[in-house]
Amino acid sequence: MSVAIHIKDAVKKYGENVIIPDLSLSIREGEFFTLLGPSGCGKTTLLRMIAGFNSIEGGDFYFNDRRINELDPAKRNIGMVFQNYAIFPHLNVRKNVEFGLRNKKFPKDQIAAQADKFMQLMQIDQFADRMPERLSGGQQQRVALARALCIEPDVLLMDEPLSNLDAKLRVEMRTVIKNIQHSVGITTVYVTHDQEEAMAVSDRIAVMNGGVIQHVGKPKNIYQRPANLFVSTFIGRSNVLEGSLEMRDGKAYLVTKCGYRAEMKNIRPEEQRDQNVILSVRPEELLLGTGTEADGMKGIVDDCVFLGLNTHYFVTLSTGEQVEIIQESSIDSIIEPGTAITLAINTEKVNLFHAETKVNLLTGVQNDLVTA
Amino acid sequence: MKHKKLEIWSFFTLAFLVLAILFLVYPMLGILKQAVISPEGNFTLSQFAKFFGDSYYSVTILNSFKVTVAITVFTLLLALPFSYFYTFYHIKGSKFLFVVSILCSMSAPFIGAYAWIMLLGRSGVITLFFKNVFGITLGSIYGFKGIVLVQSLKLFPLVFIYMNGAFRNVDNTLMEASANLGCSGAKRFFSIVMNLSMPTLLAAALMVFMRAFADFGTPLMIGEGFRTFPVEIYNQYLGENGQDHNFAAAISVIAILVTGAIFLIQQLATGRYRFSINALHPIDKKKPKGISGLLMHLYCYLLVFVGFAPNLYVCYLSFRNCSGAIFKPGYSLVNYRAAAKKLLARSVENTLLQGAVALAIIIVLSVLISYLVVRRSGPLNHAIDTMAMLPYIMPGSVIGIALVIAFGQKPWALTGTFIIMVLNLVIRRMPYTIRSATARLMQIPMSIEEASISLGASKLKTFLKVTVPMMSSGIMSGAILSWVAIVTELSGAIILYNNKTINLTMSTYVAISRGADGTACAFAAILTLLTIVSMLVFLRLSKSEDDIRL
Repeated sequence: MSVAIHIKDAVKKYGENVIIPDLSLSIREGEFFTLLGPSGCGKTTLLRMIAGFNSIEGGDFYFNDRRINELDPAKRNIGMVFQNYAIFPHLNVRKNVEFGLRNKKFPKDQIAAQADKFMQLMQIDQFADRMPERLSGGQQQRVALARALCIEPDVLLMDEPLSNLDAKLRVEMRTVIKNIQHSVGITTVYVTHDQEEAMAVSDRIAVMNGGVIQHVGKPKNIYQRPANLFVSTFIGRSNVLEGSLEMRDGKAYLVTKCGYRAEMKNIRPEEQRDQNVILSVRPEELLLGTGTEADGMKGIVDDCVFLGLNTHYFVTLSTGEQVEIIQESSIDSIIEPGTAITLAINTEKVNLFHAETKVNLLTGVQNDLVTA
Repeated sequence: MKHKKLEIWSFFTLAFLVLAILFLVYPMLGILKQAVISPEGNFTLSQFAKFFGDSYYSVTILNSFKVTVAITVFTLLLALPFSYFYTFYHIKGSKFLFVVSILCSMSAPFIGAYAWIMLLGRSGVITLFFKNVFGITLGSIYGFKGIVLVQSLKLFPLVFIYMNGAFRNVDNTLMEASANLGCSGAKRFFSIVMNLSMPTLLAAALMVFMRAFADFGTPLMIGEGFRTFPVEIYNQYLGENGQDHNFAAAISVIAILVTGAIFLIQQLATGRYRFSINALHPIDKKKPKGISGLLMHLYCYLLVFVGFAPNLYVCYLSFRNCSGAIFKPGYSLVNYRAAAKKLLARSVENTLLQGAVALAIIIVLSVLISYLVVRRSGPLNHAIDTMAMLPYIMPGSVIGIALVIAFGQKPWALTGTFIIMVLNLVIRRMPYTIRSATARLMQIPMSIEEASISLGASKLKTFLKVTVPMMSSGIMSGAILSWVAIVTELSGAIILYNNKTINLTMSTYVAISRGADGTACAFAAILTLLTIVSMLVFLRLSKSEDDIRL
């Protein structure tokens, strides 16, 4: 039985040190929800508050309508996967997987069958009698997952579960995790600092910084219409440039420092006024011209890196600002360093932020952030 | 917000605090009081003035210090190569070497001294052999040299156990990295391995120092004119000519100050070497080759043989005919018959029963205390830990006297009882188990316990089913050290025992002091047999000798 998680005005302090000042969040039943942020942003702290291993200094935590603040961690019916897997080293794989069942008053005669089911699901049934020290990292990860899932918890919590694996295994395991989550249909809260991993597995992502949630939304929306400058630079790569917004004849124009002008059609009505803005342009949103256009941003190519599918160019603009451009590689047209070029901006995709508050000025931002 | 919830651990904290004050602080205060309050009830420092004013007494402090430093150095020199060969190379019969070397340290304190006298003393077998066959006169074994010889051979296994653990914790990649950077062989051993193992080496050195400093049996037996501290305390407290309890208490206080100072110096030295290593890649044992391999084997086996020789020789003597202190040709069980008349059954029973009860209490208390210190860290729990560690630096005879002062009078009147014998063992030998249990628990990541709790196990169940089993290696190695010391207990027991609670070491001691050497050998041989059996039981319980590490 899956649950929805509601967090209202959560506060976390270590002594006088405030880690999470005031956080509210709703996680839907059955969804794969990821807490994403740089290290030290409070994402693991929040996860451990849900699990019951960290004290809660303020606010309310609900599983559906049930307040769980004071509920013993052992009674929350949570499956948890730890960063170091926390496999009991003195128990073999089967005993590890069965450990939770034996505590949960699961019918004795069904324990073995239930454990078998999940060991098969995680494809570790052939290791059932092995001791953990004889398992590889990926296998231990599977044991941890089987152990967490086989108690049929209401919520699955995962704390950077892939960070100890090598790159290839990480990609493989995240597919495994996503597929398992979908087939079991359990509400899952996943913590990671790897934005690509977050995009790959999540239904929705909450981007956190400094104990505050910046943006909650679907991966695509967070990438394309980040709520603020932090989210835009943390998710994916962004060139940050200065510029301004100018109104003329009822139309909004973006003007960059180097004098490039383009009409913006998706500025929110209330923001349609003359003001300074910050541009966040992803490398693929800069369009390379031939160097002859009159209205492009002028620049010189410093370096180019051929990566197969794409070629990256590093360009210094006439203002001295440096930008990165990604182009699909073509057969014969690598631009040599030192070449003068002009750039245009894909105005449909570029994001503009308020110069002071760093909030996105465009329409189409979908932020499920719960505000008090 | 709710602060700390009142839980069962708070109750343990409180209970241990009461126990520590009653059984550790109160006796210590008693001994201090007796040292500075005259029998008439006035405050006086005259006992201390007497000690430092008369070189007859004050020389014992210097003697003890000199001989203990020498023992510590020799013990380390003997044990380090042994431990290095043992952990870095495949030595044939390593399990056998391990077991026998532990047995070396489990013999009664003065048996080694007694056996070496029988071998190398004035009329020792080897001495006479050299004299008659080669006409060579071997130097005297009595006094300083004898104490160093006997104690080093008895204590090297302790360093060996400690250092095995430390060497095994050196990650193999560090060794490879070092070789890759051009540092290998002996240079690598000293610049990498020894530096990484230094905290353990210092801990081992401290342990040897404390054991040697407090040793009472060896200097009594082989010291002759070379007088040391613990013997002087004993003489002043129970001696046949002129007891002076206040003076004995004063010497005890001085002894504690000396060992306390040594402890602080050791802690300061250890503080310079603080690092944590994660041995993910254990050392790859090499096969020793050629002449050096032969020498390694020779060294290990010779050391263990010489260390165990006194026990073998005493066992051999126990079957020789004997009347009084003179061994005669021919073999029989006459010594065992004599021993049977002298409370043999009772001694065995007491040794086993007191030891087993004490060890059980030690294990339970150590596990609980280490959990409090590591997982419920706080000033009160650290105070408990510190108090429980105090006996580590106190000579056994001092603790014996303190217990008599504290619990000898009514309403307690415990002297000579089973309770006080066990109490003495628990107080003195618990620190070993606490330390190794604490060290082990620190290595267990908190998330293992959290995993158990999130899987629905209660805190108590998590503690019993997850934490304790994972700590078992640490508990086991500490328990072995505790047991080794318990079985060979003499210096505290000699002050506390009576006829009903006499144990095997005491019986051996009594027999020797009465000049019944054959009977003494029989007692000692049975003690050796008991230690062998108990070692084998331990090894059965702990699946491999690798569990015995610190």
